Amino acid sequence: MASVGSEEEAGTEVIPLAVKILIAGGFGAGKTTLVGSVSEITPLSTEEVMTEASLGIDDLNGVEEKTTTTVALDFGRITISDGVVLYLFGTPGQDRFWFMWEELAQGALGAVVLADTRRLETCFHAVDFFERRGVPFVIAVNRFDGAHAYTEHEVREAIGTGPDVPILMADARSRESAKDVLITLVEHVMTHHTPAVTG
Amino acid sequence: MHSGENRLGALPSRLPRGADEGAEPQPGDSLPDAAAGPLVRPYTMTGGRTRPGSIELDLISVVVAARQHVEQGTLEPEHEAILQLCRRPLSVAEISAHLDIPLTVIKVLLGDLISRGAVLARAPLPTAQPPQMNVLQAVLDGIRRL
Repeated sequence: MASVGSEEEAGTEVIPLAVKILIAGGFGAGKTTLVGSVSEITPLSTEEVMTEASLGIDDLNGVEEKTTTTVALDFGRITISDGVVLYLFGTPGQDRFWFMWEELAQGALGAVVLADTRRLETCFHAVDFFERRGVPFVIAVNRFDGAHAYTEHEVREAIGTGPDVPILMADARSRESAKDVLITLVEHVMTHHTPAVTG
Repeated sequence: MHSGENRLGALPSRLPRGADEGAEPQPGDSLPDAAAGPLVRPYTMTGGRTRPGSIELDLISVVVAARQHVEQGTLEPEHEAILQLCRRPLSVAEISAHLDIPLTVIKVLLGDLISRGAVLARAPLPTAQPPQMNVLQAVLDGIRRL
């Protein structure tokens, strides 16, 4: 007790504040590409392990054969300053990993929904989720070669979001474009600075 | 039949407008489960524990090794690997990725190290509060500088 975590030790360590932005969208919409375009590190992949119990089945205590399954999460990092680090997390693209979104969304500054107009419906779940949770988000239409160029208006109509949600055209491979997307999001968060809905 | 029309025609609509086509197809569904990785039992190295005691850690909790000495003999190899890694501040997610150990397990191991005073943690922003304006401004400036 006497030696553990003395103020001298703690006081000399500067531990930065970490914040996160989520990059959501359907499978193959370009989430990891966008993260890689702005991240200072090659995107890393980590795994969350799901046990049966954390899926909501609590009766398995004491049962030896607990099966687990893993969800991969890709993320990147941007050091903002000595005191602040920003992490960009791609959301799992498969619907069966929906449970992961809750933890990801907790405390997130906001989210980018990457839309692929060749299969726009794959981003609808993300839009639903962020609307319901009150997580501020922007929609970035990732331009894929050969895809029909829809207008912002057409995309807004199809997704059915209000005029307050920014929609912009983007190229996830481009650093400048990816920066624009993130800047649009943070500015959006700052102008709609209302308390996040929790729970 | 109608899937051909979707490519160049009207975009599917998110909100229900009578037609339910476009609501159901989910390309992710056809992916093999193997994409999620193999089934594993990772809790051998945590002695079967799945929760990091009383210490609340999430994906972006930032931790750093304390300067104080911990008797090496009492640590598992995974604990020592974590201590080596976080001589500079790192998030839980980064430690997990670098060591290729699942997040849940890393949280338990970090909990051990924190309770011994070998690792110091900084919690992320309180989730119930919106982020501070000055943090948002710093993030905005930082992204612009990239």
